[in-house]
Amino acid sequence: MPADPTPGQPAPHGAHASGATASSGAAPGASAPEPAWRTGDAPRRVAQAALKDLPWEVGVAKPDPAIVVDGVTRTFGGLTAVSVDHLEVQRGGITGLIGPNGAGKTTLFNLLTGFDQPNTGTWSFDGRPLGKLAPHQVARLGVVRTFQLTKALSRLTVLQNMLLGAQGQRGESFLRALVPGIWRGQEQANTEKAMDLLTRFKLDRKKDDFAGTLSGGQRKLLEMARALMSDPKVVMLDEPMAGVNPALTQSLLGHVKDLREQGMTVVFVEHDMDVVRDISDWVIVMAAGKVIAEGPPESISQNQAVVDAYLGAHHDAPLTVEEEDRVLAEAEAAIAREENADGDVIGSETRRQEDR
Amino acid sequence: MGELIDALAIALKAGLGFQAVFLALLAIGINVQFGYAGLLNFGQIAFAMLGGYGIAISVSQWGLPFWVGVVVGLLAAVVLALLLGLPTLRLRADYLAIATIAAAEGLRLLFRSVSATPVTNGTRGLSGFNADFVAMAPWDTSRRYPILGTQWSGAELWVTTVGWVLVALSCLLIWLLVRSPWGRVVKSIREDEDAVRSLGKNVYVYKMQALVLGGVLGALGGMVYALGTASANPDQYQNANTFLAYAALILGGAARVLGPVVGAMLMFFIIQFADTGLRTLIGNGVIPEDLLSATDVAQIRFVLIGLGLMLLLVFRPQGIFGDRREVMLDAR
Repeated sequence: MPADPTPGQPAPHGAHASGATASSGAAPGASAPEPAWRTGDAPRRVAQAALKDLPWEVGVAKPDPAIVVDGVTRTFGGLTAVSVDHLEVQRGGITGLIGPNGAGKTTLFNLLTGFDQPNTGTWSFDGRPLGKLAPHQVARLGVVRTFQLTKALSRLTVLQNMLLGAQGQRGESFLRALVPGIWRGQEQANTEKAMDLLTRFKLDRKKDDFAGTLSGGQRKLLEMARALMSDPKVVMLDEPMAGVNPALTQSLLGHVKDLREQGMTVVFVEHDMDVVRDISDWVIVMAAGKVIAEGPPESISQNQAVVDAYLGAHHDAPLTVEEEDRVLAEAEAAIAREENADGDVIGSETRRQEDR
Repeated sequence: MGELIDALAIALKAGLGFQAVFLALLAIGINVQFGYAGLLNFGQIAFAMLGGYGIAISVSQWGLPFWVGVVVGLLAAVVLALLLGLPTLRLRADYLAIATIAAAEGLRLLFRSVSATPVTNGTRGLSGFNADFVAMAPWDTSRRYPILGTQWSGAELWVTTVGWVLVALSCLLIWLLVRSPWGRVVKSIREDEDAVRSLGKNVYVYKMQALVLGGVLGALGGMVYALGTASANPDQYQNANTFLAYAALILGGAARVLGPVVGAMLMFFIIQFADTGLRTLIGNGVIPEDLLSATDVAQIRFVLIGLGLMLLLVFRPQGIFGDRREVMLDAR
């Protein structure tokens, strides 16, 4: 496999690449593009540096895996939705899970979090097997997830949504609920924590509104904030940016990076390749239930299996960065040819179209 | 005019009587299950029947003391709730609805069947089990007492008083529960089970707790009814009562502590007022016999209730106590 991290990528990736350079220790801070990144540089380096020298192959062993999946398959009738031989997720890093529609990403999420049971296979978190655990037991171990279709609890206020996320609440048992003295102190502490998080997510002014009145993007923020109330070790985000306007996407991205800075392991499913390149330390590509490639984000666009998965079998998939890159490369080649043949005008015309 | 005041007094008695207590307790139970936890229990009357028969069978057939009968009734309700909940609460909401409606009908038919006659006395029912209870009254139960323009027998007054105390205690319990973190989890389950699971709560246990609590409240309602009528007959426990309780709950406002209570009182008040009022008007000749005869009144009052509920749902879908904003949020 080619181990050359893609020179000459489009803008968002260029920023990312310079971060990577800094992380390998050469001239730190010399070309740091955004101040916001600087605060998060140190923990980011840990995961990325650890993953730097790994071969880009499917099922590669990570130095410090948080989640290990072995031989997990899930079939629905004759359809094999997930069939993963071996997969490890690095602790403290952001792992992106991508793939065309129907690749089995969400099914894998459901399996890992106990919402679905596989036909075969084992998987573990921190060395503790998670098979046969119910969703709430998985969550109590510190693996908390969000959903593709946001699940805000509409007829509860934003603050109540947040408080629900707190773990180990004494007042949640039936009998102790009847004696407010037992849980009031804890409730107060949880409320303070919730308000801190809401302030961070800029939802504090909405705290007494019903969650059902929030916009789609605010619900995504609320769902993420609510998941954080449980002090998770692993956060699994199912399409956190879907249907969110670009301004809010930036703030969501910032929050996801914050999670890594606080030492959490993040796994997320996403379709937007700019986002994936921007924040992930490692990318896993699934297609037709299998993991077809994994590696740092730079490696993915060159991977023939990935290109095939997106373009070969699934013409109806949305336009991806890989596709754009390929078209761009072809256009540049065409321009070079045109220029050689003195066909300047047509060439630049083509490029403008392709660039969009 | 005097007749109208009489009709009001009679309706007021109905709104405060033990039937209203019965309906209120059924509705409070449904409020826990449906209003807060989102569980569809369409067989609440089965719990009431077990409560009523718990006392009736224990006292008249087995010769046990009254309090033992109460315990038997409550335990029977808990067992029924567990039996209904264990297989269905892991499934979608509809399965509980199907199981409960079938259980309510099935239990009633079982209690009135010939083979159950040695225990339940079949369709003739049981009576004479409330002597111990009536004897506990602090006043003379053989007298009649004039209250708010109507006559109450001492025993009736005693059942009603105990009944309203039970309602008050139940409301206190529900109020304490729903403002606690327990109530928050239960309300969240109504909104979205999976979200609650993903936050580390054992949804199954909470649903079971809500189902059992609601069933026990229904059993208490059945006890009040059996003691009030001094008899237990399977056909008193038609499943229509469950739906009447739902109507009362929606009238008062679901997921509100006092909603089911006020709804039940109002429901009986309206039914009785329509009944007495219409009969009076027909007797006076204000409504001509050709248009409506006195024998039709029993049906017409339910038509009026139905009409009232429709108007309620159009103009005030949240019920009397509900929050309109909350009801309008239903689109997720």
